[in-house]
Amino acid sequence: MNANVICGADSLDKDVYSACGSDMMSDVLAFVKDQAVLLTGLVNSQVIRTAQMMDMQCIVFVRNKIPAEDMITLAKNSGLVLLATPLRMYEACGILYSKGLTGSKCNE
Amino acid sequence: MSETIQFHYDVDGENFTSAGEASVQIKQKLRQLGFTPDIIRRVSIAMYEGEINMVIHAGGGVADVFVDPESIKIILEDHGPGISDISLAMQEGFSTATDTVRSLGFGAGMGLPNMKRYTDSMEIDSELGKGTKITMVVNVPI
Ligand SMILES: Nc1ncnc2c1ncn2[C@@H]1O[C@H](COP(=O)(O)OP(=O)(O)O)[C@@H](O)[C@H]1O
Ligand SMILES: [Mg+2]
Repeated sequence: MNANVICGADSLDKDVYSACGSDMMSDVLAFVKDQAVLLTGLVNSQVIRTAQMMDMQCIVFVRNKIPAEDMITLAKNSGLVLLATPLRMYEACGILYSKGLTGSKCNE
Repeated sequence: MSETIQFHYDVDGENFTSAGEASVQIKQKLRQLGFTPDIIRRVSIAMYEGEINMVIHAGGGVADVFVDPESIKIILEDHGPGISDISLAMQEGFSTATDTVRSLGFGAGMGLPNMKRYTDSMEIDSELGKGTKITMVVNVPI
């Protein structure tokens, strides 16, 4: 995805198998189950909290959105990996999907 | 029988950024206390949705969590505008959230239904102009 690592570089060797993409945290909380990666164009601290609540491992910010320092601190404290890609949501999801990350159990 | 552990949090209604802090802390406490990931996730998501609601709809409030080995009870109380039609508010997709709230990623009308889905019981006490009290219980299977 041509992504930059914002934080969590030491966890990059972990394997993940599923992902979901949404700008609505409400929908992530309602429909997502056991996805390890969240792709989003939304940047605020609730994105980090939502990922924490859902026990996710990685957030990919699309369209080169860069989170603020306090968000990065929150993510570091909970061991989340943050990535930023210049790609748009559709393309970023497409690449991960084609690499074998399913959207399994994600009803979106 | 071990006794109930109680946690109390003030939820700041002026600060969207800090919304959810109480839920994150409860999540950590429950982890330390050794509850299963499934129980922890259900409690923390239900509480997080409730906390967000207090911030976006009610100007903040208080959260009390009572933890014992058999069950976890969450009580969220605010002095906001109250809910005029509870059965309507419980419908998936119903929301009075503003566009601003939506642009922050909330207001899909899934919060209350989500809270009900993730808990074993949920009771809403609400009076217009006075406030709302939501009591949720998650039972811990033994
Ligand atoms: N604590 C509260 N105080 C006042 N109104 C509330 C409260 N919680 C929920 N509501 C009302 O119920 C509606 C549905 O809530 P919810 O299902 O969480 O959806 P959302 O928060 O996305 O609007 C809200 O839009 C709001 O009108
Ligand atoms: Mg809500």
